Amino acid sequence: MLDPLARLGRSGIAALARLGEAHLLLVGLLGGTWDTLVRPRLLIAQVYGIGVLSTLIVVVSGLFVGMVLGLQGYYVLSQFGAAESLGIMVAASLVRELGPVVTALLVAGRAGSALAAEIGLMKATEQLSALEMMAVDPIKRILTPRFYGGLLAMPLLAAMFSAVGVLGGYFIGVGLLGLDGGAYWSQMQAKIDFSDDIVNGVIKSVVFGLVVTWIALFQGYAATPTAEGVSRATTRTVVHSALAVLGLDFVLTALMFGE
Amino acid sequence: MAEGLTGRGASPVGASVPPGEPLVRIRGLRFAHGERLLFDGVDLDIPRGGVTAVMGPSGTGKTTLLKLISGQLRPASGTIEVDGQDVHRLGRAALYRLRMRMGMLFQSGALLTDLSVFDNVAYPLREHTRLPEAMIRKLVLMKLEAVGLRGVQAQLPATLSGGMARRVALARAVALDPDMILYDEPFTGQDPISMGVLVSLIRHLNDASGLTSIVVSHDVSETLSIADYAYIIADGRVMEAGTAAEVRASRSEWVRQFLDGLPDGPAHFHAPAPDLMRDLLGEA
Repeated sequence: MLDPLARLGRSGIAALARLGEAHLLLVGLLGGTWDTLVRPRLLIAQVYGIGVLSTLIVVVSGLFVGMVLGLQGYYVLSQFGAAESLGIMVAASLVRELGPVVTALLVAGRAGSALAAEIGLMKATEQLSALEMMAVDPIKRILTPRFYGGLLAMPLLAAMFSAVGVLGGYFIGVGLLGLDGGAYWSQMQAKIDFSDDIVNGVIKSVVFGLVVTWIALFQGYAATPTAEGVSRATTRTVVHSALAVLGLDFVLTALMFGE
Repeated sequence: MAEGLTGRGASPVGASVPPGEPLVRIRGLRFAHGERLLFDGVDLDIPRGGVTAVMGPSGTGKTTLLKLISGQLRPASGTIEVDGQDVHRLGRAALYRLRMRMGMLFQSGALLTDLSVFDNVAYPLREHTRLPEAMIRKLVLMKLEAVGLRGVQAQLPATLSGGMARRVALARAVALDPDMILYDEPFTGQDPISMGVLVSLIRHLNDASGLTSIVVSHDVSETLSIADYAYIIADGRVMEAGTAAEVRASRSEWVRQFLDGLPDGPAHFHAPAPDLMRDLLGEA
């Protein structure tokens, strides 16, 4: 009778302890800010690894998402005689929602899992212990540059995703379906608000960048130092990141756009 | 549950400590890994300036002992002092200052895989000194020359054999000219040539640089051939301690079995298990 309760209690305490460890790691990451600032080369290398190397998948995905939005939007809007509003529909969807969210999911899958595997393997092969023995803090030297790399790369990638998506919508709406190009751009220019839409979208992508990179680094750093442990860490990174991004997106949307 | 060679009947050696002021002083050390008690009130001294061997069967906590000495793990009770400083009472900054005086050779080498051999050895120098790059280059080349691997300075660790990686790691461990080096199973998996080179290198480095070396190993003959002092640990206790010659001449039945690699004796090869026949018939 008490066994299930005890098990529930144990797993609850374990989950809380893990959450506490994750927050301690976050404090450590923030504590390494200065060390990263005085070693910009480490940061640039990570922006390259997380950002530049994710460009292709983000741009291609953005293009297709924009094209699909163009098609779907045209068929819905044309039923109400509002096909000229396609530009604003595509841009608002991308800048407010799809840009930050889909980019975060893509980065979690490509760069987040790679980060977790890299840190987990460094732990399994005692590289993190070796740094500790060389009196070098691995959180400051290895994890923090990756944290800020992800934080910087995410909004830039989301901006690229949205920009390419808008072009994808243009190719379909104007190029394929014959909408007026001037209406596509002018509606967008008139209705997309800088602070309401663009700034809020950027805030979302910064938050997602923080969460995805933090989850990836924590999963790698806390991984059991075995092949199975690293495998679990990469899987957890993608699953936890996806859930966190989607959940946070709802909360942020409610805060930003709710009445 | 395979526990390797374990057994009873050997008498624990109490405070078998070498004379003189030790560099490392361990008193009443207790440490458990999960349910398993690895150290149960161990006293152990590491004398300055010599090579001290810590030997014992697999799984007795030899690597754990090095991690405890270097402050990577915290004991359940007892104290570990390095040069008079209680390792586990030090703050992070003080512990890092102490670690800059220690080098550790990991069993796997633990080289940073994204850096070349040269950059691996240069890493602690670049982190902890403000030496100009020209000076760092000279120092790194000298360290690599000492381990015979100056010729592979541009290679990545992934292209090296296990033995070569460990020699590069040794060059890195001595890069800051530490007072003490901890060697974790340095001879495991080495070919005879690498083994011979490593054995003489450890002794030579120790004597030439006035170091204190702790060699954790279960390779009895190689380790005792360069050790000034030796401890044998098992079952959470120190089973034997003394100079290398004294340990070699030990009359303890358990120690004799370990040193001579005998199948029969107080230490059991098999983990406790029910009768094999009953187990095979599914009656156990």
